[in-house]
Amino acid sequence: MSLRQKTVDLKKRMQGALQGGGEKAIEKQKATGKMTARERILAILDDGSFHEYDLFVEHAGKDFDMDKKYLPGDGVVTGTGTINGYPICIFAQDFTVAGGSLGYMHAKKITKIMDHAMKLKVPLIGINDSGGARIQEGVNSLAGYGEIFYRNTLASGVIPQISVILGPCAGGAVYSPALTDFVFVVDKISKMFITGPEVIKTVLGEDISMEDLGGARVHAEITGNAHFFSESENDCFEQIKKLMSFIPWNNTKKAESFPPEKPRHKLFKIDDVFPTDSKKPYDVRKIIMAICDDSDFFEVQELFAANIVIGFARMDGQTVGFVANQPMVLAGVLDVDSSDKAARFIRFCDAFNIPLITLVDLPGYLPGVDQEHAGVIRHGAKVLYAYSEATVPKITIILRKAYGGGYIAMCSNHLRADFVFAWPTAEIAVMGPEGAANIIFRSEILGSTNPEETRKKKIEEYKEKFANPYVAAAYGYVDAVVEPNKTREYILHSLEISGHKHEERPVKKHGIPPF
Amino acid sequence: MENDEIKEEPIEQPDYKPFVVLGDEYQTLLNTMFLNRKPYKPVDHKKIYSFIPGTIRKVFVKEGDRVKKGDKLLILEAMKMNNELCTLVSGKVKKIYCKTGEMVTKSQLLIEIV
Repeated sequence: MSLRQKTVDLKKRMQGALQGGGEKAIEKQKATGKMTARERILAILDDGSFHEYDLFVEHAGKDFDMDKKYLPGDGVVTGTGTINGYPICIFAQDFTVAGGSLGYMHAKKITKIMDHAMKLKVPLIGINDSGGARIQEGVNSLAGYGEIFYRNTLASGVIPQISVILGPCAGGAVYSPALTDFVFVVDKISKMFITGPEVIKTVLGEDISMEDLGGARVHAEITGNAHFFSESENDCFEQIKKLMSFIPWNNTKKAESFPPEKPRHKLFKIDDVFPTDSKKPYDVRKIIMAICDDSDFFEVQELFAANIVIGFARMDGQTVGFVANQPMVLAGVLDVDSSDKAARFIRFCDAFNIPLITLVDLPGYLPGVDQEHAGVIRHGAKVLYAYSEATVPKITIILRKAYGGGYIAMCSNHLRADFVFAWPTAEIAVMGPEGAANIIFRSEILGSTNPEETRKKKIEEYKEKFANPYVAAAYGYVDAVVEPNKTREYILHSLEISGHKHEERPVKKHGIPPF
Repeated sequence: MENDEIKEEPIEQPDYKPFVVLGDEYQTLLNTMFLNRKPYKPVDHKKIYSFIPGTIRKVFVKEGDRVKKGDKLLILEAMKMNNELCTLVSGKVKKIYCKTGEMVTKSQLLIEIV
């Protein structure tokens, strides 16, 4: 055969494999509002950058007449490409081929691209759209999942790992996304659960729809399994591209820097949104936007545990991670979910050299039987652990309330914040004025002729003496009390000064965080 | 201070609710997790609830029977496991709310003892 003939033969073979599950299956996929695996990859990556590998891999099933079946690419598309010029390893399960079911070779393709990502030290994106294990391949499918989980774990903290759920992701399959750093879901398309509605119905007699059990909204709002929620696949891909611009390729690098930009002060002014009365709510995200470059704040887990706000922004073009109590929701308390949410984010930032900026305004941990019994001690401790462990530059701004355990937990001087600044409105105290006065002056209040009057007087007295930043500043726990409008300047200077920060931690195999 | 108050009148005010933390009251939004929390009820060993959804396979007692602490009351099958439910208190079976073969949900009242 001539070279030309050989090339024609190659093209013919490729065409066969590239058709995926065939026209009918593709039609079916589109009817449910979903793109095909290759379309998704092309939509995420830079134009013309995708290079596919293992196109000719064939499945390894021998039993149940599987040896007579041809599954193009064994139901998964793998390759490399770029996003905004960033190198990326990517795989996408192809639901049109045997329902994207995971067999031995399917898993092999995934683990091969994962190994590539680790070797090349570049981020990994996995698009999940699969009915689950390929039952016909038995224990080999289980082995496949196990090999993926193991690699997810080893890659954790070395390269950023992103999971995109664009279809069902059920049973053991859900644990791969759970082990990765960021999970993207799309309304009405994503479904994640360990056991589906049918099993739940037959075994437990509970009736629930797939959407209510493990739909996108459930994971974005209630379980916290998802980090980014969107209405369509295209919106989701835009979110992925934006996220990639904020994070580095791997744990030895810093995120790409951008040209510095000023906040949009016309739209976001601290004076306009910030009430000095610590009992009044406001949206802390507007404070972040009044501080960061171009007022561009990219929030993570926006819908889950909204009493804490986490996300990425830039300060003078450099990526930073913001963690801020949200007084607008549950007064900004730390509880089981918000602690968990914050702690994981802090650890991501620390692993990937992203400085942390913490905005503090909370009355403490949430009291209540449900919280205590849900393990608020264990979960709350995660925040302490994550902040103490982190060695990236840590800058804390105390805006208003910083009471009790909440004060300590929110990256205080004691957990080795590099810089702690307080606004003149800060109230750093063991608890709120009313609660404290009621305990300290209890006998005086009860013993007086007019207890209500005395109570009010004592509360005022306590407020006057302790509800300010100056007691903490007198002990050096606050480095500077700053004018709110100079916050950005202080943060920029702190970041510049700590550009070469190097902090050691005791040598150990690994710590034992409370999870 | 007065100036602050004038500026604080937003166009659309969210539905803030009072929320007390350790004696101090704050204005804030309450999230669904908080609103859906279950109020605490002290454990009453005289009421036997299903601890897991499943099927009642056998009921060993009748209404009016005397039972001693540790006596078997019924078998609740769940996740392919036959769970024997025993009483933690002695007394008389007041009422049985389930029957053999019935599917029960979690935390459903099965038997009451007096």
